[in-house]
This record gives sequence, C-alpha cells and structure tokens, in this order.
Amino acid sequence: MVYLLLILFLGGGLAWLSERWHPQAPRWVALGAVSFALLYLAVAVMRLPAEHFSLLPAATQPDTWLAHTRLEWIPRFGIRFELALDGLSLTLVALTLLLGLIALSSSWSEIDQHSGFFQANLLWSLTGVVGVFMALDLFLFFVFYEVMLVPMYLLIAIWGHEGRAYASMKFFIFTQASGLLMLVSIVVLAYQHAQVSGSYSFSYFDLLGSPLDSSLGFWVMLGFFLAFTVKLPGFPFHTWLPDAHTQAPTAGSVLLAGILLKTGAYGLLRFTIPLFPEASLEFAPIAMALGAAGIIYGAVLAFAQSDFKRLVAYSSVSHMGFVLLGLYAWNSIAVQGAIVQMVAHGLSTAALFMVAGSLQQRMHTRDMSRMGGLWLNAPRMGACALFFTMASLGLPGLGNFVAEFLVLLGLFQVAPRVAVVAALGLVTGAIYSLIMLQRSFQGPGDPERAVPDYGGREMATMLLMIALLIWLGVYPQALLDLTQPTVDSLLSEAGS
Amino acid sequence: MSGVNWWAIAPLLVLSGGAVLLMLLVAARRDTPLSWITTALILAAAALSCLPAREAIPQAVTPLLMADSYALFFTALFAICGLVTVIVSHEYLGERHGENEEFFLLVLLSTLGAVTLAYANHFVALLLGMELMGVSLYALIGYPDKLELPLEAAIKYLVLSAAASITFVFGFALLYAAVGVLDYPGIGAALASADNPVLLASAAMIVAGLGYKLSVVPFHMWTPDVYEGAPAPITGFLAAVSKGAIFAALLRWWMASGLYELPGLLTLVALVAGASMLVGNLLALLQDNIKRVLAYSSIAHMGYLLIVLVACGLVADPHLAKEAAAYYLVAYSLTSLAAFTLLGLLSRASGSKELASLDDLTGLFWRQPGLSLLFTVALLSLAGIPLTAGFVGKFYLFSAGVAGSLWGLLALLVIGSAIGLYYYLRMVYRMTLAGDAQPAAVERPGWPARLTCYGLVLAMLYLGIVPGPLMEILRTIL
Repeated sequence: MVYLLLILFLGGGLAWLSERWHPQAPRWVALGAVSFALLYLAVAVMRLPAEHFSLLPAATQPDTWLAHTRLEWIPRFGIRFELALDGLSLTLVALTLLLGLIALSSSWSEIDQHSGFFQANLLWSLTGVVGVFMALDLFLFFVFYEVMLVPMYLLIAIWGHEGRAYASMKFFIFTQASGLLMLVSIVVLAYQHAQVSGSYSFSYFDLLGSPLDSSLGFWVMLGFFLAFTVKLPGFPFHTWLPDAHTQAPTAGSVLLAGILLKTGAYGLLRFTIPLFPEASLEFAPIAMALGAAGIIYGAVLAFAQSDFKRLVAYSSVSHMGFVLLGLYAWNSIAVQGAIVQMVAHGLSTAALFMVAGSLQQRMHTRDMSRMGGLWLNAPRMGACALFFTMASLGLPGLGNFVAEFLVLLGLFQVAPRVAVVAALGLVTGAIYSLIMLQRSFQGPGDPERAVPDYGGREMATMLLMIALLIWLGVYPQALLDLTQPTVDSLLSEAGS
Repeated sequence: MSGVNWWAIAPLLVLSGGAVLLMLLVAARRDTPLSWITTALILAAAALSCLPAREAIPQAVTPLLMADSYALFFTALFAICGLVTVIVSHEYLGERHGENEEFFLLVLLSTLGAVTLAYANHFVALLLGMELMGVSLYALIGYPDKLELPLEAAIKYLVLSAAASITFVFGFALLYAAVGVLDYPGIGAALASADNPVLLASAAMIVAGLGYKLSVVPFHMWTPDVYEGAPAPITGFLAAVSKGAIFAALLRWWMASGLYELPGLLTLVALVAGASMLVGNLLALLQDNIKRVLAYSSIAHMGYLLIVLVACGLVADPHLAKEAAAYYLVAYSLTSLAAFTLLGLLSRASGSKELASLDDLTGLFWRQPGLSLLFTVALLSLAGIPLTAGFVGKFYLFSAGVAGSLWGLLALLVIGSAIGLYYYLRMVYRMTLAGDAQPAAVERPGWPARLTCYGLVLAMLYLGIVPGPLMEILRTIL
C-alpha cells in the first residue's frame, strides 16, 4: 500500500520534471504512473487468497483485513503510519485510480499550459485521496484529507475558468475550516483515550471502543459530521460545490465529483457513525432530514440552471443526499445502497462532466441556451450524453438505479416518511436530466456548426464507463459481496 | 566561580567575545566580506557551544542567569536564526554603497540580547537582554538610512519600545515595592503567600510591556509599519528572534513564578490572545502590501501562541503546554525567516525594487519557479497545512488547548486559521496567475542565500513530516 502511494507521488514529481524533455512527456508519464498503480493494485489483490474476502474485518485483528501496514511515526502522541485495506477501501481506491485515468484522458488535449505541473497536481491529489481511503490512524487520515486539498486548489486556481479565484478559494476555505473542527474532535478523542488508558493513541482500532462522556461525545461527533458533510456536500453546506465544479478544468471536475466527494461519504461511514454510535443515533433524524432536503433542493436548483456544468454540479448535491440518507438509515441494505451510489455516481457524473468539458472545449461556452441540436453535429457525443443522463436519473438496469433503490428500500424500514420524500428525488431527477439533454443535444440545430465529434480516445473512455455502469446495474452482486463483510463489521461495531 | 560555570554560559561568552573581536576587526580593517564571514562563524560557534554547555547544566550562574536545557535550546535556536539572517543579509547589502560592517555587529549584539533573554532568571537580566536586543534593532531597522520608510519605521519602533520599556520598568518597581525581590522563584514564593492587588497590577503591567514587543492586540500598532519599513532580512529577524526571545523569556517567568495560578492574569491573557487572533487575521485581509499582510498575520500567530500560557494554568501537567510553545516557536521562527528571506530574494530576482504589493507577485511562479515554490511552502506552513512544521505546531496548540478545555480560544483558533487561509492563498494565487511573459532581468541570488533558503524549507518540511525526533528532544529537556 505504501508503494501505491509512492508510485503516484513520485509519478507526479517525475511528470513535472519530464516537461523539460518534451511538452508531451508529462501526460505519458502520468498515464504510466496511474496505469502502473492500477496494475500493482490488481496484482496485489489477485494474489490474496479468495477466502480472505469473506472475512469480517474485525477492529481488533488487523490480519482479518485484506492488507495492513503499521509503522511508528510520532511516538510522542502515539501516532502511527497505519494503512489498511478492506472491501470498502479497495472499492474506493480502485474507483479513484480508474477515475484518475479518466481524468487524464479528459485533460489529454485540454491543457496546453504548464502541463507538467498540471499532471503533477493531478497525481498528487490522487495520492491524497488514495491515502484517505486507506489511512486508519486518525492523524494520518487528517493529514491526507487536508493535503489533497492543496493540489486540487492549484488545479482549479491555475487551470480553471473565468471565476476560478473565487471558486478555488471558497472550496479551500470551506473544506479546511470544517477540517479543523474535525482536528479538534480528533484531538479530543485522543485526549480522552489518554485520560482512560494513560497514553495517547490516534489509531482507529484503539479509539473505536474508547468510552466517551455522552454530552461531550455529541459535540465531538458534530465536529466530524460537519467536516464530512461539507465535503459530501450535505444540504446547507453545499454552496462551495457548484462554484468549484463549474470553474474547475474538466479533469478537476471529474476528480472532485468522482472521488473527492466520496471522501466525505467514506468518512461518515468509516469514522463518524462507528466512533459515535449513540450520538449518531440521536442525530440520525437531523441527518436524514438534511439528506432529504438536499435531494429535493439540489434537484430544484439543478432544474433552474442554464449552465451545463452547474446543472450537473447541483445534481451531485441531490445524489449525495441519497448517500447521507443511506448511511444514517444504518442498516445493511441502505448502507450497501449508499456504497453503490458512491461508485455509480462517481462514474456517471464524471462522464457528464467530461461531456460538459468537451462541449466547453469545442464551443467555448457552457451556456445551454447557446447549444441545442448538437446531436446533428456530434451524434456519438450525443449518444454518450443520453446514456449517462439516463444513468444519472436512475434508469433501471444501470448502477444508479440499484443504488437508489437499495437506499430507499433500507430507509423505508427505518423512516418511511423520509423515504417517501426522498423517492420524489427520482421524479425531479428525471425532470432536470431530461431538460438538460433536451436543451443541449436535442431540438432544432445548425448542421453547419463545427463541433467535432468524439474521437477514438474519448469513445474508449466513455465505453469503459458505460460498461462499468451496465455491469453495476445488471450484476451489482460482485460489488455487494466485496463490501458486505465491511458493512457487517461496521454494523456490528456500532450496533444497528 | 568554578570552571564549570563558564561552560554553562559558553554561548553568551562566545557572542560577547565575538562582538568585541568584530568591533576591533572593523576598526582595523573595513572589509565587508571579512566581517560577514567572521560574524557567521561567531554565530555558528555560539550555536555549537551549546553542545559542551550541556555538560554543565543545570546551574544558576549568579542570581541573574539560569543555565538549563531550556536556555540552551533557545540559545541554539536564536543563534541559528541569527546566522541565517547574517548569511542572507549579505545578499541584501550587496548593492548598498557605504559602510556595511556595523550591520553584522548589530545583528550579533541583537542575538546576544536574545540569548540573554533565554537565560534570564531575574528581572535585571530580562531588562538587559530586552534593551540590548531592542537598541540594536532600532539601528538595524533604520539601516538603509537614505530611505524614508525604514527611518520612519525605526523611529516608530524606538518610541513605542520606549513606552513599552517604561511600562515594564514601572511594573518592576511596583513589584519590588510589594515583595522586595526581583528573581523569578522569589516572586513566585511571594505571590503564593500574599494576596496583594498591587502584585496583580504589576504583573499585568509587565505582561503588557512584553506584549508590546510581541505585538499582541491591543499593543500591536507598530507592527505593520515596522515590518513594511525594515529591510526584509531584518523583518525576518524581528519576527523570528525578537519575538521568539521575548516569548521564551515570558514563558520562563510564567512557569518559574507560577503566574498561571493567578486567575485574573489568566483571563487577561486569554482576552489578549482572542483579540490578537481576530484582529490580526481580519486586518490582514484588508492589506495589499505583502509585508503588511505578514505583519498582521504575525499578530495572529502570537495570539495563537498565547493560548499556551492560558493552557498552563488549566492543565494538570504544564509540560505539554511548554512543549507546545517550544515547538510552535521553532516552527514559526523557521517559517517566518524563510518567508521574509524568500521575499527579499524574490524581489532581487525580479528586478531591483522591493516586492511590495500583491500585484507584484503576479506570474512569479512561472518566472522564478524554484524560489516561488519555496515561498509557497513557507506560506502553507504559516497557514498550517499538514506536512509542514506550521501544522505540527498548530496541532500542538490544539492538544494543549484541548487538555485545558479552552473551547472558546480553540474556536477562535479555528476561525482565525480559516480567515488566515484566505490571505495566504491569495498570495499563492497571485503567483500562479499567468503574468506578462517578459523574462525580467533575472539576477540569480548568490549560492549562500539560495542554499540557506533551501535548507530552511527542507527543515520546515522535515519538522512537518518527521516531527518525532524534535518532540522527543523537547520532552526530555523541558
């Protein structure tokens, strides 16, 4: 696992340096690094015995995890460099690397300035995200969580569109400020642990069972919850997202929507709820209300947008509402639904941002009122857009449908009324998605307009994502099997 | 006094002897490079002399000085900071005509003052150190004597420092009148036994006097003007050594006299800390001169640091708070030295004028990638982003704050850091903007200065990534 991080990190440095040899070199270096990392992961996973995947990753036994590394780092505070991989982490790490490839592909011809530094930042933010999904020491987790912001900030601030200064700043400050609240919470946890056991520890395994005074526990939980909900983003804290997504270069949007948002969901699932089961139970109604509000609010705002990217960004707010609901319903079905949603949304939204990016590159606008009838000019692009719009609105047979269905099913057992409200999201989702498609690709067009259609590289990328979404929609069992042990173990840690 | 005594204060002896030597040297032969190298060697020797001095501690050298590991640690820190300042000043003075030898002498004397403060265990030593450091700084700030801004800054610093010293000395007088002793442990004993309102008043006056030098709100008025006017290396020295030494002295007095037992004083310091964090960060937002931004940010940083003093009073074991202060000071000194040094180098590299306004940063990242990258790291460290020393310092503050349950101050720390991010990132953003493609008259700074900058930034990253060793050292010696 350490090698995985090193490959990406050093690959970034190398990509930057390679700009001196040839302006085209960085993208090849970056491609090589991500592919190598993916290959490395695949080989490492293949080598594991098959029965390992059905073990429950118990908190107390690191060897029940798929992989586990622990090195001493800062003994003064009991901080260790501790990485571990279970089915959930593995899924998300694989998704990260895959979307890394897709982001690379989407920026292949888009970035012509300082491409070395661009690819370096891309790879470094991948490093950070992969670290987030594997770190099991809370201090280390926080370090990755914050460090991935810096390259992402630079991606938006340097290669973004016209409003990038504002958007990148807002993105950074929102996430960093809420992150500091989480840091306070982490320190409180470690301090409480030290009071009880006599020594500091930031290890997930040590803190999991650590007793906490219930009123203090609530505030500490809130620190975590805020940090992750801002990142997710949950309803009242989402305002950074439309700006950041809209202004980011395509690769940045792909990474943001595809994986950075998932770190929030992952944090809630891995840390917030298991560390504070009681406080979370108490808080669940509020969290669910926020989730349902996010679904409807995001959908309504998405409907009102005329900017293609902004529309997709608001649709993310809506879709992430399902994740929040699924997690706080806290039963096996709903949590599984939330996980599938993380993967499916990552793929479908990343693809939609790629479509938006190619439109911007070809037409120099994101304004849908200046589009229309694009199917005439670029049928292949239109077909891809149609497919991913359908996926995003939850067409049965595709990944997103499975996810939303599972969430609603699980949620209905816990909070039927919330489930009814959330189900409305499927209807509103259909409305804004279809409007988007209609205003950009359908309607009267101008056959003379010079909008080059997708070429081989773009089609290959798209087909890859199409295949994955269909696979998720038709046979989600493979993914469910992979994450089931993690979900079971988290549920049993925290009590249902 | 036995022979061992002398080893315990070896750094002080090296520095004083060195100052005399340098003065004689300048009298005999005016040669800038020669006095530059001599000063650098003296400062390096002072830092190194801390190693043999370890054998002789702890012991009180006269009632004035206390030679212990605390003193030696800060002595080494200040000597190294002085060394860095001297190395990079050569670059700065390079183009200045006239006599530059005194500049190095003044840096040496100022460092001597700072080191005295690290040793001070008595108010007389405290005053001596503070004045020695301060008086040398007046001259250093106004050293470019043909320019208006530095002179204005020097006068301002002189007048306000004098006001601070008066407050401070008056505080002594009151204290002496009340308890009849001036050494720290004696005061501590007197405080514990007597409940005299005069004591609290005098302690508050002394803290206020030190607060001037630390530039905490409401004693911060001089900071932006002086930072702006002083030559960049001296601004760095002021931020790193002068503030560090005053804080180190304050912390020792605070601990040795048990001042944290006084709830009134604790509330006062907490208020000052909170106000500094808010005012410093908010006013920094309004500035468009880089040095002024950094000046206000230093006010905020001093506010963060004061959390430690409050925490001392509220935790069972003030050890953690002391460690936090020491780590934060090391991180802050390195970072601000690096930031100002790089600012100076970047100015020279992008034409002869000083980089003053934020607009001057535009496009620097593409014109001067190496130095700009280092500057970015320094800014991120000031902002407290992980993997830099600044973050570990902030983490320590969080730990101390949590241990003392200082929720209000911690909330302000979070808010302040969030505001702070804005102005640090604004500078980073300016640098990354596509600037005019003119390949500016690039004048590469000399290798000693460049090497020093790389060293500082590497140290910053090292302390951020592998903080363990320094933490262990701090834990064993404090």
